[in-house]
Amino acid sequence: MNPPAPIIEIHDASDLAEALSVANARGETCGITGAGSKKRLGRHAPASKMLSIQSFTGVTLYEPEELVLSARAGTPLREIERLLESHRQQLAFEPMNFGPIYGETGHAATLGGTIAVNASGPRRIKAGAARDHLLGFHAVTGRGDIVKSGGRVMKNVTGFDLSKLVCGSYGTLAALTEVTVKVHPKPETEQSILVLGLDEASSLALLRRATATPFEVSGYAMTPPGVIPGLDVNAAALRIEGPKISVSARRDQLLSALVEPSNRIMNLQAEHSQKFWAAIRDAEPVARQDGQIWRLSVAPSDALTVVEAIRNCGAPLRAHYYDWAGGLIWLSLSPAPDAHASLVRAAVDSVGGHATLIRADDAVRAHVEVFHPQPQALAALTKRVKVAFDPAHVLERGRMRAEF
Amino acid sequence: MTLIMPTPENAILARRDEIVGRLRALLPSQSLIVDETARRAYECDAFTMYRALPMIVALPETVGQVQAILRLAAEMNVKIVPRGAGTSLSGGAMPLEDGLLLGMAKFNRILEIDYDNRCARVQPGVQNLAISRAVEARGFYYAPDPSSQIACTIGGNVAENAGGVHCLKYGLTTNNILGLEVVLMGGEAIRLGGKHLDSEAYDLLGLMTGSEGLLGVVTEVTVRILQKPAVARCLLLGFPSVEAGARCVGAVIANGIIPGGMEMMDKKTIHAVERFQPCGYPLDVESVVIVELDGTGEEVDHLVGVVEKIARDAGATTARASSTESERLQFWAGRKNAFPAVNRIKPDYLCMDGTIPRGRLPEVLAGMDALAAKYDLGVANVFHAGDGNLHPLILYDSAKEGDTERAEQLGFDILRLCVSVGGVLTGEHGVGVEKRDLMGEMFSETDLDQQQRVKCAFDPQGRLNPGKVFPILHRCAEFGMMHVSAEKIQFPDLPRF
Repeated sequence: MNPPAPIIEIHDASDLAEALSVANARGETCGITGAGSKKRLGRHAPASKMLSIQSFTGVTLYEPEELVLSARAGTPLREIERLLESHRQQLAFEPMNFGPIYGETGHAATLGGTIAVNASGPRRIKAGAARDHLLGFHAVTGRGDIVKSGGRVMKNVTGFDLSKLVCGSYGTLAALTEVTVKVHPKPETEQSILVLGLDEASSLALLRRATATPFEVSGYAMTPPGVIPGLDVNAAALRIEGPKISVSARRDQLLSALVEPSNRIMNLQAEHSQKFWAAIRDAEPVARQDGQIWRLSVAPSDALTVVEAIRNCGAPLRAHYYDWAGGLIWLSLSPAPDAHASLVRAAVDSVGGHATLIRADDAVRAHVEVFHPQPQALAALTKRVKVAFDPAHVLERGRMRAEF
Repeated sequence: MTLIMPTPENAILARRDEIVGRLRALLPSQSLIVDETARRAYECDAFTMYRALPMIVALPETVGQVQAILRLAAEMNVKIVPRGAGTSLSGGAMPLEDGLLLGMAKFNRILEIDYDNRCARVQPGVQNLAISRAVEARGFYYAPDPSSQIACTIGGNVAENAGGVHCLKYGLTTNNILGLEVVLMGGEAIRLGGKHLDSEAYDLLGLMTGSEGLLGVVTEVTVRILQKPAVARCLLLGFPSVEAGARCVGAVIANGIIPGGMEMMDKKTIHAVERFQPCGYPLDVESVVIVELDGTGEEVDHLVGVVEKIARDAGATTARASSTESERLQFWAGRKNAFPAVNRIKPDYLCMDGTIPRGRLPEVLAGMDALAAKYDLGVANVFHAGDGNLHPLILYDSAKEGDTERAEQLGFDILRLCVSVGGVLTGEHGVGVEKRDLMGEMFSETDLDQQQRVKCAFDPQGRLNPGKVFPILHRCAEFGMMHVSAEKIQFPDLPRF
């Protein structure tokens, strides 16, 4: 076993630029770490040294009336959420907490790490992902250049939208030093309806019908029996948020539009609803199993086809559930050295979409592609984009792709 | 001030007949425009201040033809300028004299409407409004609604990341598309996204959106469609000062309300609109704010009451809520007529597009008045108040000696003012050629170099829409991105502007 890479504390952007320039000159590789809450996410490819941005903390701008917040990349997400909460605001993209998946308690994530993995939660359909809320950033590229892109205003098309590129790039293009995000009013209250006991196909169809209503549903999940403790039947769950007066009205309208009188209904009021969606957000239903975890993104109407294809080809499915009206599938499979990657990916490729291996041992993630393979022309373009920021493959080498 | 574009290459112009001959073998005759008079129709887009006659215009109908054109262009070293409906307000589709203008208007089919997955697959030449029309019978619509929506195409919307009056709540183009098919400069067709969400690697879909036709040619777009809100109502609010109107806008958002639309007009615009086509705007106010609230009936009625109270507290002297759909449309009519109405004051106007932090509005408007006085020109203001996107309309007369230059200079100064308060050069119209030379106001050389390195990853020869967005064109070789032998260097005489 190799000794762990040395961790170097970085104090500001010029420190970081210096460290990366040195790494370029010496042919070293650098990992970027904040709180380390996602260190087991991505391919396993240890760097020669780790640059810690944990001391890059602090909110540098918060104007509630302008719906904007800037913070240094290492600022704990918890701290930002507390600050927003005190102004009845929130990050509408509901960043997921990876703690349950990696068996860690608490919620150690930083804002920078959250952006770097484009985290998003059950509100994805209504409010978007992290990428939809990132207004601008400051970073140091793999070349060691200090750059910025975007701004602090809501509407901006000045120059290429590099925010989209760094969001979800797992630190392979640039190390973020400061980010500016859109913030939103926190809904006054929420309620959820669970329609119980329908078969999987009907439950998913109900969720898709709900996406075609004007009732501003903010969560669409389907859990099989036993996935939520105490629920021994399929549940199709819908969340409604907003002012009290409108939540109950929309709930009634949703019920009459979608639900048959014979359906079994369960209502979750505010705190129960919050707990339910936090579990869905953090993948708790699959995290509890000790299997390997996959996260699949497909067209909602293909969800069941994909899960059945995986089941029918003999992959040992331990648990699964759906979010985003079926568009997001979480799977837990019995561990295998290849993580059943070709079975899972063949099922996804038959309909279109992508599959990411979220949890598996380091040894597995060292040789199984964690991120979905791309067709040749797209893979070549992706590599050229990487090189445009980091020609020597210094930053997070091998974290996303074996070839960079 | 004169716009400097890359110098036309004589070597290319000399081979024009040969290029035309090769194109004739690739395209049906009606897809090629060679005749000078017909090419004139393409000499500018909606930014009419600068014009250039394209060397050739091609109007392909299939993805295969686009690929063949781009392969030929690579072989013969021809520059490409993509164009949708030509409604760009920043000159994004302005032709090059030694370039091929690639018109995508014949890609005008809606390929698939998938209600189950709430999306539609359309070709890039489909008009923005045509998408909403195609799905409205089932209560759906496509959310981004730029004011040119009856003419502008979805391909152009992707290129510019088009917005509209509803983007505070429903987002810009980038938040409302799921997939693209793109032909790269080497002729390869790639698919980004699809009917699923997010990317398996870098978000190239997000990068392409708003890239102003500099990275690739879009040949298909998958858009999200939404169910129309059950109810929409409007408030027409009049304030004794711009500050009071701005205070109201801030207070609405501070109260946790994100309206479907929130627009503001200054006194000059209000009076122009009322003279053009009366729609009941108060004339004894300094600013008018229109707030549209949408959602379910109960919620909208409740919020109308809340916003009305906020407006009164902010000092509104007029506060009327629409009670019928026709009244709601009447409140909007003035705003929608603002540009033609202002055009009655002077023969020409230049529409600026800066975005500012909303709270700085009163000081920016005061600064703008001072600048307008300095240049002896009038400015009328229309403002997407919710998201801080300003549209100052600079009034001038192009027939009058020196007016055009002064209007342009005033526009530049206004944009500098926007940047100085933490804003940006363009909120939704794009940089194009119009704001190209101001990019240095917002970005350092290192910032711009990084953007150009991204451009090089897509277009290493720099043949796709050169002269737009970036004030100084670097050869990709200068960035160490590609190996170039001496005889193959592009634009050897390129001016450094």
